[in-house]
Amino acid sequence: MAGRFKPITMAAVVFFLVAAVAPLFVPSWATLFALILAKSIVVLGIILLLQAGQVSFGHAMFFVTGAYSAAFWGKYVGGGDIVLYLVLGAVSSTVFGLIVGLFVVRYREIFFGMLNLAFSMVLWSLLEKMFHYTNGADGIRVARPGLLGLAFTPETFQYVILYVSLLIAIAAFFGVQRYLDSPLGHMLRAIKSNETRLEYLGTSARRVLLVGYVISAFLGGIGGTLVAIIQQIATPEFGYWTKSGEFVFIAILGGGAHAFGAFAGAAMFEVVRFYAAAQLANAWQLILGVVLIVIILYAPNGLIGLRQRDNRSKEGGH
Amino acid sequence: MNSTLATLAVLDGISYAALVFLVSVGLSLIFGVLRVVNVAHGSFYAFGAYLAATFSLAVAPLSPWLTYPALVAASIVIGVVCGGLIERFLLRPLYGRDDVLQLLITFAAFMIMDNLQRLIWGVQPIFANEPLKLLPNISVFGVNYTSYQVLLLPCVALLTLIGLRYFLRRTLAGAVIMAVTEDREAATAIGIDAKRVYFVTFIIGASFAALGGALALPTTSLVPGMGADMIVLSFAVAATAGLGQIEGTAVTALMIGLARAFIIYTQPEFEVLVPYLLMVLVLLVRPFGLFGATQLRKI
Repeated sequence: MAGRFKPITMAAVVFFLVAAVAPLFVPSWATLFALILAKSIVVLGIILLLQAGQVSFGHAMFFVTGAYSAAFWGKYVGGGDIVLYLVLGAVSSTVFGLIVGLFVVRYREIFFGMLNLAFSMVLWSLLEKMFHYTNGADGIRVARPGLLGLAFTPETFQYVILYVSLLIAIAAFFGVQRYLDSPLGHMLRAIKSNETRLEYLGTSARRVLLVGYVISAFLGGIGGTLVAIIQQIATPEFGYWTKSGEFVFIAILGGGAHAFGAFAGAAMFEVVRFYAAAQLANAWQLILGVVLIVIILYAPNGLIGLRQRDNRSKEGGH
Repeated sequence: MNSTLATLAVLDGISYAALVFLVSVGLSLIFGVLRVVNVAHGSFYAFGAYLAATFSLAVAPLSPWLTYPALVAASIVIGVVCGGLIERFLLRPLYGRDDVLQLLITFAAFMIMDNLQRLIWGVQPIFANEPLKLLPNISVFGVNYTSYQVLLLPCVALLTLIGLRYFLRRTLAGAVIMAVTEDREAATAIGIDAKRVYFVTFIIGASFAALGGALALPTTSLVPGMGADMIVLSFAVAATAGLGQIEGTAVTALMIGLARAFIIYTQPEFEVLVPYLLMVLVLLVRPFGLFGATQLRKI
C-alpha cells in the first residue's frame, strides 16, 4: 500500500486535515464536522453493501440501535462515558446486525431491500410505541458524557467529540479500504458481478455477504452512537425509513464506488442542510431533493465520479 | 371483547382496508409494469388529500354535493400532473439504468413534494368532512356507522379491483400494457410504444394513490408526514401480497386492515407494528409475497 497513494486517498487525507483544523478557527463548524464524520461512518456501511450490489433501505435500524444503546444506558444505569457508549453501540448493533443478517443475506436486490425495510419499521414502531420505556416520539435525552473520566464544558466538549469522531472516521475509512482490498472484499464485489461464479469457486456467497452486512451494521451503530452524543438525543425518527433513505442518498451523492464517497457525500449533504436551513428554513429539503435529482441525472457516479469522468473510455463496457 | 366492539372493529377494518388498497394497488401496478419502486407514491396520496381539501372547501359553499366531484377531480389532477411530470422527466431518462438510481430519484421526488406540501398547505391539520356528513348513518348489527365509510369506500375499492382486472385482461389497452410487462423487447418489435405505456401506467397508478388520499380526506385530518407513513404502509401491503399482484393486494389490504382494527381495540399501542410484523413474517417465508409467483433467482 505505502508508496502508491492514489489521488483519491490524498483527497481523503486532505479532507481529514481540514476537518481537524478548520473548526479551530470557526467554532460553529466543530459540531457540523462532527456530524459529517459521524454520518460518513454510517454511509461507509451503505457503500460496503453497494459493492455487493445490494441496497439496504432499512439501515437506519442499526443507526437507531447505536443511538438508543447510549440513551438507554444514560436513562437506566446513569453516568456514561464516550468510550463506554461507543462500545455499547458497537456491540449491540453488531449483534443485531448478525441476527438480522442471518435472515436477509438469503435474498438479493428488491427482496433484500424490502426485508431490511420491514425489520427497520418493526424496530421503529416498537421504539415509537413502547412509551414507558422509550418516551415514545419525544425520544430520550442523552446527557453530555465524559471521556475516560474527564468532564468537559459544552465549549470543550464539541471539540472532544469532533476529534473522537475524526479518529473513528479515519480508522473506519482505512479499515473499509483494507477490507475491500482483501480477498474477502473482492468476493463481496463478486456478488454484484457474478454470484454464480463465486459459488463455483467453492465459497458461500451468503457468508461473504453476511460478513459485509455485519461490518456495515457495526459502522451504522457507531455512527448512531456518535450522532446521539453530538445531538444529545435519540428519537425513533433516527430509525424511520426516511433516515435510511437519507443514508442511501448520501452514498449515491458522494459516489458508491469508493469509500471516500461517504465523506464527500456527507460533507455536501450536511453543508447544504446547514446553510440552506439557516437561509431558507422552509425549503432545505426541497433544495436537497433538487441536488439529488441533478446528481442522479447528470453525475450518476456521484461527486467522486465527476473527476473520473474523462477516464471512462478506458474502462471498457460491461 | 364483546360483539359490538367486534362489529366496530370489522367495519373499521373494512373501510381502512379500502383506502389502503387504493394506494397499494397503484404502487403494485407501477412496480409490475415499470419495475420501479415508487417512493413518491405516499406523496401522491398526501397531495391528493390536500388538493381535495382545497377543492372541496372551494365548492362546498355552492352545494355540498359538489364536494364529491371535487374529490375525484383532485385525484385526477394530481395523478396526471405530478405523476406525468415525474415519469416523463425523472424516470424516463433512467430506464435500463441501475435500479438504485430509479428508486432514489423517486425518493428525491418524495423529498421535494413533502417540502412543497408544507409550503403550500402549511403544517396545521386540515379538516373537510362534508362528504361524510351528507350520507346518512346506517346501523350494522346494532352499531351506528357512517355509510360513507362502510358502503362508499368499499364499493369504490371493489369497483377499482373489478375495473382494473377488466381493463388489464379484457381490453386492447390492457393487453398492450400486459404485453410490455411480459416482454418489453418483443412488444416494442411489434410496434408498441413502450414509453407511452410506462407513462400511462404511471399516471394511472399515481391517480389511484391520489384517489385514496382524496377519499381519506373526509375521515381523517390532514397532517404533514401522512405521505411518509402511507408509503411504507402501502409498500408493506404490496410486498406482503407480492409486488404486481392486483387481487392479492386486495386480500392483503383486507387482512392488514382487519388485523389493525382488532389490535386497536385490544392493544392500541401495537397498532403501527401489525403491518410491518406481518410483512417480516411473510417475507421471511415467502420473499415473493403471499400471492407472488416464484421468481427465478440467481442461486
